[in-house]
Amino acid sequence: MPTLTHDEVFDKVKQALVDALSVEEDEVTEDAKLQADLGAESIDILDIVFRLEKSFGIKIPQDELIPREILSNPDFVANRRLNDKGLAALRQAMPHADLSDFADDPDIDKISEVFTVGTIVRFVESKLKAA
Amino acid sequence: MRWIWFDRFELFESGRRAVAVKNITLAEDHLHDHFPGLPVMPASLMIEGMAQTAGILVGEARQFAEKVILAKIKRAAFNALVRPGDQVRYHAEIEQITPSAASTAGRITRGDELIGEVDIVFSHIDQNMSGLEFPEDNFVFTEEFLALLRTYRAGAGQRITL
Repeated sequence: MPTLTHDEVFDKVKQALVDALSVEEDEVTEDAKLQADLGAESIDILDIVFRLEKSFGIKIPQDELIPREILSNPDFVANRRLNDKGLAALRQAMPHADLSDFADDPDIDKISEVFTVGTIVRFVESKLKAA
Repeated sequence: MRWIWFDRFELFESGRRAVAVKNITLAEDHLHDHFPGLPVMPASLMIEGMAQTAGILVGEARQFAEKVILAKIKRAAFNALVRPGDQVRYHAEIEQITPSAASTAGRITRGDELIGEVDIVFSHIDQNMSGLEFPEDNFVFTEEFLALLRTYRAGAGQRITL
């Protein structure tokens, strides 16, 4: 596949989100949060992942997008909050995500807030680069 | 009434596609209420028929080791009314399948006529609900559904092992 520009990746991600979430195109900005702004539910993630795989011809193992093993590891989590070790592991596992706000209040029930459209775009770009 | 919304499999290609046949008959109580004087097969029950056809296809692809739950109807579109005496076919195809989920594309036909299209995402729930536990028994694929597959195997001599 020829190298896609950032805008081309964004446009394809946007189309996947418009189709999966029945949102308007202008709602899908890089800063939009999947859950809070676009109304995505956990079940929509399965749909979005399938659409991205098909659209970009890539494979997206579930734990690469959302590293659940970190969020459920007792070495990393206490009282539903990530400790410093957990945050470091999360940063390593999610280089595509901006974790700065989450790091201020690392409540694992708020992890969905790190999933913006931009997070998805950067994740896809990293997968395309690795392919 | 039994919650089985097709009558038999006509085609079953493991992990790829299946075609199921549904005969619509006035013996079905719901047609007398939907609608009085104008019996029409509810689109919702055709979606269920497609979900059962596609769901068994997805379940068989993993030897029924997973609990396959309808997660999302991606798209459902209908073009025509289906009436008593009609025979429809549910054509289901696996588009993508992973350890945690599957995506299927479906067409509903009456003869050569396209009646509707129903695309579905299924979840393998044991792989997706972190922290939640479900009964060990596979409560999705009951004996009634598995019997449909056995009937197909007996009738068509295909390669389904239960």
